[in-house]
Amino acid sequence: MSVAATTLSRSGGPAILEGRGGLFGALSDLFWRRPGLLLLLLLAPPLAWLGIVYLGSLAALLAHSFFSIDAFSGLIVYEPTLRTYGELLLPANIDIIVRTVAMAAIVTLASAAIAFPIAYYAARYARGKWKALFYLGVMLPLWSSYLVKVYAWKLILAKEGILNWLFAKLHMTWLLEAWLSLPVVGGNSLSFSYTGTFIVFVYAWLPFMILPIQAALERVPVSLTEASADLGARPRQTFRHVIFPLALPGIVAGSIFTFSLTLGDYIIPQIVGTSRLFIGQAVYAHQGTAGNIPLAAAFSVVPIVVMGFYLWGARRMGAFNAL
Amino acid sequence: MRSERATPLGLKVAAGAGLAFLHLPILLIFVYAFTTEDKSYQWPPPGFTAQWLAVTWNRPDVWQALALSVKVAAISTAIALVLGTLCAAAVSQSRFFGRETISLLVILPIALPGIITGIALRSAFSIAEIPFSFWTIVLGHATFCVVVVYNNAVARFRRTSASLIEASFDLGADGFQTFRYVILPNLGTALLAGGMLAFALSFDEVIVTTFTAGQQQTLPIWMLEELVRPRQRPVTNVVAMVVVIVTLIPILAAFYITRDGDQIAGGGK
Repeated sequence: MSVAATTLSRSGGPAILEGRGGLFGALSDLFWRRPGLLLLLLLAPPLAWLGIVYLGSLAALLAHSFFSIDAFSGLIVYEPTLRTYGELLLPANIDIIVRTVAMAAIVTLASAAIAFPIAYYAARYARGKWKALFYLGVMLPLWSSYLVKVYAWKLILAKEGILNWLFAKLHMTWLLEAWLSLPVVGGNSLSFSYTGTFIVFVYAWLPFMILPIQAALERVPVSLTEASADLGARPRQTFRHVIFPLALPGIVAGSIFTFSLTLGDYIIPQIVGTSRLFIGQAVYAHQGTAGNIPLAAAFSVVPIVVMGFYLWGARRMGAFNAL
Repeated sequence: MRSERATPLGLKVAAGAGLAFLHLPILLIFVYAFTTEDKSYQWPPPGFTAQWLAVTWNRPDVWQALALSVKVAAISTAIALVLGTLCAAAVSQSRFFGRETISLLVILPIALPGIITGIALRSAFSIAEIPFSFWTIVLGHATFCVVVVYNNAVARFRRTSASLIEASFDLGADGFQTFRYVILPNLGTALLAGGMLAFALSFDEVIVTTFTAGQQQTLPIWMLEELVRPRQRPVTNVVAMVVVIVTLIPILAAFYITRDGDQIAGGGK
């Protein structure tokens, strides 16, 4: 690891041994004497790739957001202008942004509420085999195919699907219908309502919330909770005043994922949801058939800015140490 | 405290219900793959049949999509393995100016929403007038696969004792021999795990791919088409089941490889 960086000065004093022969030997000696060169050689390929492909693309994205589209020809005008950002402020587009951010916030809160007991149990009660089982139990859904997960929910939420069947069996169809007749969250059926979109979002991002919370809880020393109990706190008080505050950075870390993923997703609201757009769908629609890459680019700057503020706030709460 | 007290019942129920919520929907796919109903998503299935396996087997479009996905995933993983390992080696072998920035740069493609990576690549292709091809897909996939390899490799480098390498030098090995006989064997399983996860990530990726694929169909894009405009539901069911099984294997394998010591295999997708 610290091949040459830490040992031997670079002063190049008289060598005890002769230099190695052959090309590899000579190279090996060269790297030993000049660790900076080795470092440069190691870093050059990945930095070139990420710098050119990724940062270059981000720059292209930003550049595009300052271009505009000619209303008549539909071609991109490569001249800097703020007109495209002005379009973003149209009421219809503001609606899209507000809808997406609100959904991201609610999904984040719900994920935290569902994730906490799982993480808490896995971190503080599960032992041995159960611990491994819980770990895999979170890992498998995290890594299993995103589209398959969405597809599974299309099956579940369909009108003839298992959920409606379950409600009918329990004689609770009236409850479902009452919920669906509510103004905002309701709709024709679960797969065509915000409720459906919300459920699938929570399902898809839940593992991203569980893991950081579990990591944060595992770092709470047992001695702290013991001290709290010794000082006369009831379990509930210990939880509220000791464990929960220490788990909070983990929750914030998890919320970075759920928030960011919801902001950028365009497939879930397209498959399960109403016809009203989210930011991701707007980006996708504008770059696709419309060919309006400038507006798509301007739209995608919104999640970057929102996430920028979010990360700034999260950093102040110490969430990065819990990642 | 926890050793003396039993687990509160409420917590047990909530944790169990949460895990069930995570797993039942995926299990449902397995049931649907064998249903005799082919027009709707009817539950409970009217009957069971294995005929859709054969139907799917004889579908050339599914095979083509699968072949493209495997090719893209294999090449992206290979690129990510090289770039990720180099980057991990550089970051862990010495402290230098801008080290934190490099870690951030590696993680960024996965920290920002996928749609941003996708639209960014799309705008770059548009400006540079690069036509969509097999390589535009690989370009995107390799970029976000680097982080998975990097994470695994960095964690392993951190655990590899520096004295091992110093000992190798002291015993007269040159840099290449040390890499071949000391560093690589130490790194092996971490790279294997990282590579498998990168493969799974690429094999499954759809959000970035829709922006970089043009008219080509990877398996996830094939599935997405079926989700938006369902045509052959039974075939989709079978494909979904196969995808679950195919992604399951590398994840389980990666878990068992990196189990002892650093459980970082999937840390932060």
